[in-house]
Amino acid sequence: MVYFLIFISAIFVNNIVLSQFLGICPFLGVSKKIDTALGMGAAVTFVLVLATIITYLLQMLLNNFGLGFLQTIVFILVIAALVQMIEIILKKISPSLYQALGVFLPLITTNCCILGVAILVADGTNKLPVGADHNLLTGTIFAFATAIGFALALVIFAGMREQLAMNKVPKAMQGTPIALLTAGLLAMAFMGFSGVV
Amino acid sequence: MSNAKQTFLNGIIKENPTFGLVLGMCPTLATTTSAINGMSMGLATMFVLVCSNVVISLLKNLIPDKVRIPAFIVVIATFVTLVQLLMQAYVPAIYATLGLFIPLIVVNCIVLGRAEAFAAKNNVGLSAIDGIGMGLGFTLSLTVIGAVRELLGTGCIFGGRLFSDDYGMLIFVLAPGAFIALAFVMALVQKLQKK
Repeated sequence: MVYFLIFISAIFVNNIVLSQFLGICPFLGVSKKIDTALGMGAAVTFVLVLATIITYLLQMLLNNFGLGFLQTIVFILVIAALVQMIEIILKKISPSLYQALGVFLPLITTNCCILGVAILVADGTNKLPVGADHNLLTGTIFAFATAIGFALALVIFAGMREQLAMNKVPKAMQGTPIALLTAGLLAMAFMGFSGVV
Repeated sequence: MSNAKQTFLNGIIKENPTFGLVLGMCPTLATTTSAINGMSMGLATMFVLVCSNVVISLLKNLIPDKVRIPAFIVVIATFVTLVQLLMQAYVPAIYATLGLFIPLIVVNCIVLGRAEAFAAKNNVGLSAIDGIGMGLGFTLSLTVIGAVRELLGTGCIFGGRLFSDDYGMLIFVLAPGAFIALAFVMALVQKLQKK
């Protein structure tokens, strides 16, 4: 039951994009079409779960040697290397999956939701529902649920922007401002979930 | 000399990171709950930006082209860790509020973007000026957005009360207000720039 609550909490109540403000760049950048939004969502899910597991174990290793302060440097390098590795392996093993995710993979290194979630989970400061402990299992589930929340926000937003493209927008609001305003309304809708878990 | 002045003003006005280039949106939205928070975040980013620009422009001839991006990231991450430790020591209260977004300066597109687009091609002096200009532009826009949100949300600016708390709209301090406030400030900037 607690694991189910982690899902609800990370996807709806504390949505990574709309209430934690992580991963705004891809949220604004690749959300013009539903297809690309789905691709980005899938790539983030894949990398986020792997990165969280690896960085969690690394943090334990760093803490063992009293090197916790190296966290930022180590994590960003590991994530960058991981993304490269995933790209190479995918190309070899599953060309079709590589075709689908390929364009989005290099973008992920600078996606702050990956580093953000990795740091949150490694420090044990991620928001979990009452009754859940901070450990590798809940951290991994949290990462997976967060990525699903990211994908959900991205797809909903892409759907809204596809509609928006057909409407007339005042000159000053064209482009980013109207997108941000739409995101604001979406965030307001997601606020309705607060207090559920 | 006019070149230096141009570089400096470029970051503040023409290629303002937030309103012109639309980079670094995460800290812009997340840390602008009040003017002072926005300003602290801007200054922390500026410190990293200036230091990494200087070091990278010094090292640009030593770094092989193929491993340039990872090398840049290591330099940036080093200065971010420095900022983290300094802030933890001297301004723990602000560090606690900004929290996660200090380490996340590493993945702020502005820092890596300037390293790649400017510092890797120009000399030390100009790179430092570019860092200061871009940093000030970022700080300025974060402070403005923070001030708007703080005023509408709580009736204060920099903690100084302008009108009663009762008229504050809490929504502007919460998540949706960040998007909406930024949308309108950006629309205003676009409107002014077109003229």
